[in-house]
Amino acid sequence: MERPSVEHSHVHHMDPAVEYSSSKFGMWLFLGTEILLFGGLFAAYAIFRAKYPEMFFEQHKELNREMGAVNTCILIFSSLTMAMGVTAIKRGKQKLTAILLLVTIICGLGFGVVKYFEYGAKFAHHIYPDTSIFFSLYFMMTGLHMLHVFIGLVILAVMLVLTLKGKFTSKYNTPIEVGGLYWHLVDLIWIYLFPLLYLIG
Amino acid sequence: MATDTHTEEHITGNRTYIIVWIVLMILTAITVYVSYIHFGIFNIVVAMGVASIKASIVALYFMHLKFEDSITWVFALFPLSLLGLLIGMTILDTFTRVVVP
Amino acid sequence: MANHSIAHNVYVPYLEKKGILSWLLSTDHKRIGIMYLVSISFFFLVAGVIALLMRLELLTPAADFVQPHTYNVLFTLHGSLMVFFFVVPGLAASFGNFLIPLMIGAPDVAFPKLNLGSYWIYLLGTLIVLLALMKPADTGWTYYTPYSATTDTDVVLITLGVFVLGFSSILTGLNFIVTIHKMRAPGMTWHRLPLFIWASYATAVLQLLATPVVGITLLLLIAERTLGVGFFDPAKGGDPILFQNFFWFYSHPAVYIMIIPAMGVISEIIPVFARKPIFGYKAIAYSSLGIAFISFLVWAHHMFTSGISSLAATIFSFLTFLVAIPTAIKVFNWTATLYKGSIHLHSSMLYALGFIFLFTIGGLTGLFLGALAADIHLHDTYFVVAHMHYVMIGGTVMGFFGALHFWYPKWFGKMFNEMVAKIAWFLVFVGFNVTFFPQFFLGVQGMPRRYATYPAEFESLMSLSTYGSWILGLGVLIMTVNLIAGLFNGEKAPQNPYNSLSLEWQVPSPPPHENFDEIPHVTDWTYGYGKKKEPEA
Repeated sequence: MERPSVEHSHVHHMDPAVEYSSSKFGMWLFLGTEILLFGGLFAAYAIFRAKYPEMFFEQHKELNREMGAVNTCILIFSSLTMAMGVTAIKRGKQKLTAILLLVTIICGLGFGVVKYFEYGAKFAHHIYPDTSIFFSLYFMMTGLHMLHVFIGLVILAVMLVLTLKGKFTSKYNTPIEVGGLYWHLVDLIWIYLFPLLYLIG
Repeated sequence: MATDTHTEEHITGNRTYIIVWIVLMILTAITVYVSYIHFGIFNIVVAMGVASIKASIVALYFMHLKFEDSITWVFALFPLSLLGLLIGMTILDTFTRVVVP
Repeated sequence: MANHSIAHNVYVPYLEKKGILSWLLSTDHKRIGIMYLVSISFFFLVAGVIALLMRLELLTPAADFVQPHTYNVLFTLHGSLMVFFFVVPGLAASFGNFLIPLMIGAPDVAFPKLNLGSYWIYLLGTLIVLLALMKPADTGWTYYTPYSATTDTDVVLITLGVFVLGFSSILTGLNFIVTIHKMRAPGMTWHRLPLFIWASYATAVLQLLATPVVGITLLLLIAERTLGVGFFDPAKGGDPILFQNFFWFYSHPAVYIMIIPAMGVISEIIPVFARKPIFGYKAIAYSSLGIAFISFLVWAHHMFTSGISSLAATIFSFLTFLVAIPTAIKVFNWTATLYKGSIHLHSSMLYALGFIFLFTIGGLTGLFLGALAADIHLHDTYFVVAHMHYVMIGGTVMGFFGALHFWYPKWFGKMFNEMVAKIAWFLVFVGFNVTFFPQFFLGVQGMPRRYATYPAEFESLMSLSTYGSWILGLGVLIMTVNLIAGLFNGEKAPQNPYNSLSLEWQVPSPPPHENFDEIPHVTDWTYGYGKKKEPEA
């Protein structure tokens, strides 16, 4: 019943195996919530796209398909390094975990930088959230997604620091795995946003 | 303690991850390529189909859903059905309204 | 059930520690439950006083006490506070927190820190809404567009507050689902769980999966006002009815977030005071899940006259009737439990019986409103006001008061004055009916809701309703004073005053930190009153 690193004072009421499965299950529940939070935007998208197909087609040309594709690749790659990070810590390789987390963070930051230039280009063309329904959707969807990227980055940064401090081992690594789940969701949502906004045929 | 807790940790090897990643990249390339060709309504069908395959792969392998217990599956899929309900019924309402000029 | 010795641990009740920080920083689910209880009771009393002011204005036909704009602000505040600050977190957060770990034999919830975080988020939401009182909104608690997007009152702050509260609700629901799945004591199988746990589980699922939709809806409304996004604005190609679709996708399930925990409370009180095993355990348990599921399918019945398509209206009207089935199953089973029971009329039992009676009226009048044709006539009249108060006060608040009286000895280790409690119940019950029953007639006669003034022909029924609100207010006042006085002067409560079989009564009153010295081993269900053992699985 002993736990490798006991920094939480109040967790001793749970058996480590129960704590592990509870944390993962809890994160899955939270991801369900997140999907429905974006759900309102997806529903609005479906309705307005069906209502104004020409507007969506014309205005999506303003978006930079190449930048969108680059960002898709960046996020998918960050998901790969995240997943490998979880495997690394489960095998007890702390250093490798730290490197993989760092790469994931750099990818996340890179995504943000590309998005910064994209937003900048839109504002330079006087395109704002109130320009049209399409751009309202574009800014709300990518904006909410970007917020999730930021939250994910904060989580990853905390994980990185804790990993460097040696808090995680092959026996105790629940936070990395659970934080990873959150990061994958950010990727998951972008997988839908990219074709919906950038690739309208 | 609890009765429905017998989770064994599953460690996925890096090989699997890299294969998954390559598949994801290929699918991304396909979806970008297809978007340059005009199929009319099929563009959105293909785009959403490919996106759903990609999302499923991410969930199953990167997120280990494949190795989770049934209750996790329930709570992973039920929100999606609610999302379908929200979109479906809202669309049904919006496009069957009789507009009085 | 389980045996408990206090051999190796010295018994320290959870209430022992003093000081405000020992509360605000406590991760003990019982203390968090109390903090919710105090907060929601505060908002209940404030919103109740606002209701009394509204009724005072409606005593006479003219606008002589407050002006129409003030009246609009009052009903917006009354609705917003009651719905989002009292009934939605209400029973689920306060009694859910207190009871779930105790009832399933766990030392705490699955994520105690997250639980405290949820309460802080709740506090943050309340602070934002208090700021919003500087220039209070006049939109009604539903914040319908396009008015809410254009009024010059402060809609942004109050909706932001509700948005923040939503997160508290989501995280509480998440915590409870994981707790019920992972923290049950050995032997506490799903079919041995107390029915309050089943109810809390169904509620938690709704909190988890319906709340995010209202979150994004309110966020879009805020974006509409601040960024000029036009999803709900016809001038920009948007659709105001879309707002209503989104809003009710949450707010109809929210009705069940409010009522299902109360149903759970009733299922606990009735077998104890009828001294009989609960009738139809599984039917009640699964009907909670059934109600939760169906509640997602009926949202547009709030919108029959909003301009939605007649096809959608017909489908939703049909689906609405499905809710009646699991609800009726519960009522039948409670009544069957009472049948030939040796009934003891404890004050909490009186509230439970009041619940069955009033909630049935509320539920049946709901069918009138769910029927498409009848709703065209009754929509936006006092009939709706009466119906929703029969469900919310007659249902949820009765359940809440019942729960307060039932578990009071366990929470606080003290007893209240039972005689005074019964008098208060009588005043609440009579006052409630005098207030709201006339409103059914007002509605059928066509009196619209949300007006500060009315034609003179409605004066007799309207003033009757106002007199009733005074009786109701007096009843609540006496009840509150009685319960608070009990904290100071009450006798010490025994461990199990009602001889209940449920786990929470097998620990001292008030329970110690971590609840159990040893995690209990459960060998039987909770409702084995009389001779009956657990029904065959």
